[in-house]
Amino acid sequence: MFDAPGPRFRRRVFWVSVVSAVVLAGLVALGLRQFAANGQLDPVRWRPYLTWPVWRYLLNGLWSTVVAACATGVLAMAGGLLLALRPNRFTRAYAEVMRTVPVLLLVYVMLFVLPSFGVNLPLFWKLVVPLALSHAASYVVIFRAGVESVDPGQREAGLSLGMPDGVVTRFVVLPQAVRHMTPLLVTQAVSLLKDTSLGYVVSYTELLFNGRVLANYNGLLIQTFIVVAFVYLVVNLALSRLSHRLEARRARTAR
Amino acid sequence: MSLVLEGFLNTVALTLLSFAGALVVGLVVAVLRIVPVPLLRGVGTAYVEVWRNIPLLAWLVLFVFGLPEVGVTMPLFWTAFTAIALYEAAFVAEALRSGVRSVASGQGEAARALGLTVQQSLRHVILPQAGRRVVQPLANIAIALTMATALAGVVGVVDMTRAAQRINLELAQPLLVFTGAGLCYLVMAAGIGFGARVLERRLA
Repeated sequence: MFDAPGPRFRRRVFWVSVVSAVVLAGLVALGLRQFAANGQLDPVRWRPYLTWPVWRYLLNGLWSTVVAACATGVLAMAGGLLLALRPNRFTRAYAEVMRTVPVLLLVYVMLFVLPSFGVNLPLFWKLVVPLALSHAASYVVIFRAGVESVDPGQREAGLSLGMPDGVVTRFVVLPQAVRHMTPLLVTQAVSLLKDTSLGYVVSYTELLFNGRVLANYNGLLIQTFIVVAFVYLVVNLALSRLSHRLEARRARTAR
Repeated sequence: MSLVLEGFLNTVALTLLSFAGALVVGLVVAVLRIVPVPLLRGVGTAYVEVWRNIPLLAWLVLFVFGLPEVGVTMPLFWTAFTAIALYEAAFVAEALRSGVRSVASGQGEAARALGLTVQQSLRHVILPQAGRRVVQPLANIAIALTMATALAGVVGVVDMTRAAQRINLELAQPLLVFTGAGLCYLVMAAGIGFGARVLERRLA
């Protein structure tokens, strides 16, 4: 959309870069000064995060996060697939409702409502079941969009070659649908992993909850939660990179 | 009963204000990601990646408990508002950007070939088409934001979800209370969906 940059334009880009670099540096300096003025940059407050016991505790939390995310993912995908295969009024209503009710509300139902009816699940399931119920709705939408993204001509071509319906679905439609869905599935995985931070509410010892325990123990609030946030960032960025790589491959092979 | 009202009003206020904030910040970030200055693009990309890949609850905890430690104190409601608005801004920026990109590049080229300047082709050709496509994704973000405000309850804002939990402690009628709270969210989401459809029709 832009023309090839001429000398005047390039000069302007240069000056905009310089000005924004100065502004950016100023903002960072301001932030650091605020941290320093309150003693938060003191090396003593950061040193615990260079020691193995602290990291082992956080990584244990990360492991629980991953386990919960995987369990939720499997359950939610299975549920989503079941619902997507039978589109009717009930499944549509389920997807609508679950996409508007906060997961936290479902977690509270698990924590405060079901026990009074005699259903008291272990902590792990108190986190995983509401997450799975909610994410199943997202998977329904993803699966349906995936199947619809395959050109109907593909199915017709398969049928006209004399393949039975099941074979067409299994070998013609689904492989293409899965390829279209992969980036969305990875995005959904990131969102799922983030949602396991509700373990903070349930007291399931995942990453964020462990961060809270750690901060209560050593009193290094900011440092702890910055490190925890950083761990989330690294893990999810790795997942997103995977999604970009898959998308690039899809762009190359899709024809 | 006043608790119900307080929770409902807080959720509505938090949703509306954060969405407005997210639109403003998201627009700025989207522009940063589109301008032809590499440094600013980098800043925009970093913003989106950092905010999008860290759970909102972690941001809320960091803001609510962390900011006072560095000498920044705000009322709880506004701290929650800041965290939610900045978080959702990343999603808004992505929606706006992909909206602009979804307008076929041929459209821009045609406008340029007709002799329109960059500003003119943006204003008369690209943005009107992008605006229409962006309504539905933005409505989805608004609905997600409505749900996200429930997390503010975890750090102490009396929103609808937290109000429901507290009322339940007194009334001990969990089914009624939580269904009611759920219905409130449904109504809000339906309202947003309706507004989006009206807006979409007007822009078409």
